[in-house]
Amino acid sequence: MEILAQLIVSGIALGMIYAVIAFGYQLTFATSSTLNFGQGEALMLGALVGLTLVGHMSYWLMIPLVLVFGALQGVFVERVAVLPALKTKSEFGWIMTTISLAIIFKNVAENIWGHDDLTFPSPLPTEPLQFYGIRVLPMEILVVLGALAIMIAVEIFNRKSIYGKAVVATSNDRDAAGLMGINTGVVITFSYALSSMTAAFAGVLVAPLTLTGATMGVVLGLKAFAVAIIGGLNSGMGVIGGGLLLGIAETTTGYYISTGYKDVPGLLLLLLVLAIKPAGMFGKSVIKKV
Amino acid sequence: MNNKIKSIIAVLAFAASVSAFAAETIKIGVSGPYTGGSSPMGVSMRDGVRLAASEINAKGGVLGRKIELVERDDQADNPRGVQVTQELINKERVVAALGFINTGVSLAAQRFYQEARIPVINNVATGSVVTKQFLPPQYPDNYVFRTSANDTIQSAMIVREAVDNHKFTKLAILADSTNYGQLGREDLEKALAAKNLKPVAEEKFNIKDVDMTAQLLKAKEAGAQAILTYGIGPELAQIANGMEKLGWKVPMIGSWTLSMGNFIDNAGKNGEGAMMPETFIQEPNTPKRKAFIAAYQRAYKIDRIPSPVSAAQGYDSMYILAAAIKQAGNTDGVKIREALENLNTKIEGVVTTYDHPYTHDNHEAITMDMVVMGKVMDGHVVSAHPAAMTSTKHKAKK
Repeated sequence: MEILAQLIVSGIALGMIYAVIAFGYQLTFATSSTLNFGQGEALMLGALVGLTLVGHMSYWLMIPLVLVFGALQGVFVERVAVLPALKTKSEFGWIMTTISLAIIFKNVAENIWGHDDLTFPSPLPTEPLQFYGIRVLPMEILVVLGALAIMIAVEIFNRKSIYGKAVVATSNDRDAAGLMGINTGVVITFSYALSSMTAAFAGVLVAPLTLTGATMGVVLGLKAFAVAIIGGLNSGMGVIGGGLLLGIAETTTGYYISTGYKDVPGLLLLLLVLAIKPAGMFGKSVIKKV
Repeated sequence: MNNKIKSIIAVLAFAASVSAFAAETIKIGVSGPYTGGSSPMGVSMRDGVRLAASEINAKGGVLGRKIELVERDDQADNPRGVQVTQELINKERVVAALGFINTGVSLAAQRFYQEARIPVINNVATGSVVTKQFLPPQYPDNYVFRTSANDTIQSAMIVREAVDNHKFTKLAILADSTNYGQLGREDLEKALAAKNLKPVAEEKFNIKDVDMTAQLLKAKEAGAQAILTYGIGPELAQIANGMEKLGWKVPMIGSWTLSMGNFIDNAGKNGEGAMMPETFIQEPNTPKRKAFIAAYQRAYKIDRIPSPVSAAQGYDSMYILAAAIKQAGNTDGVKIREALENLNTKIEGVVTTYDHPYTHDNHEAITMDMVVMGKVMDGHVVSAHPAAMTSTKHKAKK
């Protein structure tokens, strides 16, 4: 029982990492029906910029600066890769452009920070805490809380503020929002800024647990994409549910079946969801009238 | 149009002059991962080779010609390794090659050297099958040599350390899912079977895995007294950190990759005490080693060599190859292979003094008595059993 609990706790920490990255996918999909396939790289850049800043200041002081950097990076991605595709009404152009930007970011990072995995100093004690025999690192708790906090903050912003309402309106119907005088182009740019900002934040959250390096975002970005599909690209609760499901599936399969198969259940789940409920487990299916 | 022709002629003339110049040097291919998780090994190997080549060139080169290293990054990626190998053979026309860090890349790419009859010395890759890929009768001559301690030696030493020295009987194996990890796992199983033991747990992990909870819990529940590892630095560090998290601390004994800088740095205090077989430890306990360490530190302006084993084996492989080319009298691949298989000169290397390191049927330069156990201590690798290092002359140094 203790073991199952330990596995679930570790799975939750892992799952929340996936969830917060998947949340970034969702933000841009909502407003523009496009995704930033460089989400993993946005996370990596955030972590590496954070690592450089941490040399000069405390971890907590560094976070707002990384958020600003993430937002700017998101604006850059949108301007360079997504806007041209949206302008020409290209259905799939943004896929290639965001992927190629991601590769460029990775190469740039390799040139600036080198090819090695670096250690990110942990802001919290690295001694694990014990609860009834279950051991948790303080940093894992911070990841879960931090991920929840940024998701809640973005949700509150969207629901309560006038700017947020513009985002929601654009998500619901971009054309109608445009007719109502909302500058949907700015809203889309803004959603990219928010999306990369959450990714960069996720980067500095997970970096003390994982290692920091130019390739850290590749696997995380991919798994988060699976989470976004499983949970549903238009459901806020979905990414959390999907993330936890995938995280716990990974750790428990690893223990009870075989560590060689630990990635399989998550992918099976992805196939099942796509076959049975393509909008995602928690997603609302939208009927597209042609 | 006229200008175009002129420029083409100019380019051709330039190319001709370049190739004329190139004929003066002896081209040696050096391939390995200079980027990514295996890069500490690749870069140290390359720097070791460079150091040896510059020393040889400073003394006038080989056969009156300078050695020119043609370096290529294989990124620890099998297809990429095949690509750079073909480039080295067909475009650069190297006369021999050094390199291959990753067993998988070596197994995928070295067949092109074999087919082109160009000798290749694997100076870091350790998979037991590496030198046994092209054996008679199918291949009358084998062009693959090695200057590293193969996994048969390493796994036997790992098991000896765990079973004979520590008297452990319950051992868990944690290996990554690459060729390297899985071939190493098989060797470990065989070495354990030779002692009538079976691993109590056998777990796998992937490159870039960030959570090792499941693997470690299984080993813990099986009552493992030590963890035997086969993987590379970053993931090994995650294992050490994962053990700390679970509050379960047993010795880590594994292949020599536990001496990689990216394991030691990323595991920090959790990596202390990890043990691994090593052909070379950065300790100046022979005059040759002292000179090598000093020259390396001076040339690359660092204190700790990222992977001392790779650096030493790379350095030695260059000297062995140079001696073979000298003995062959020309740069024909067949002649160099024959010279390697019957080297008349003794070569004083960093790892050992090579006296007839190879024969026609034995392409392994390293034997078990040249390998020692190393141990991570205060962020450096030191000898695990200093008294046992009697093979070197400095017994007093403990």
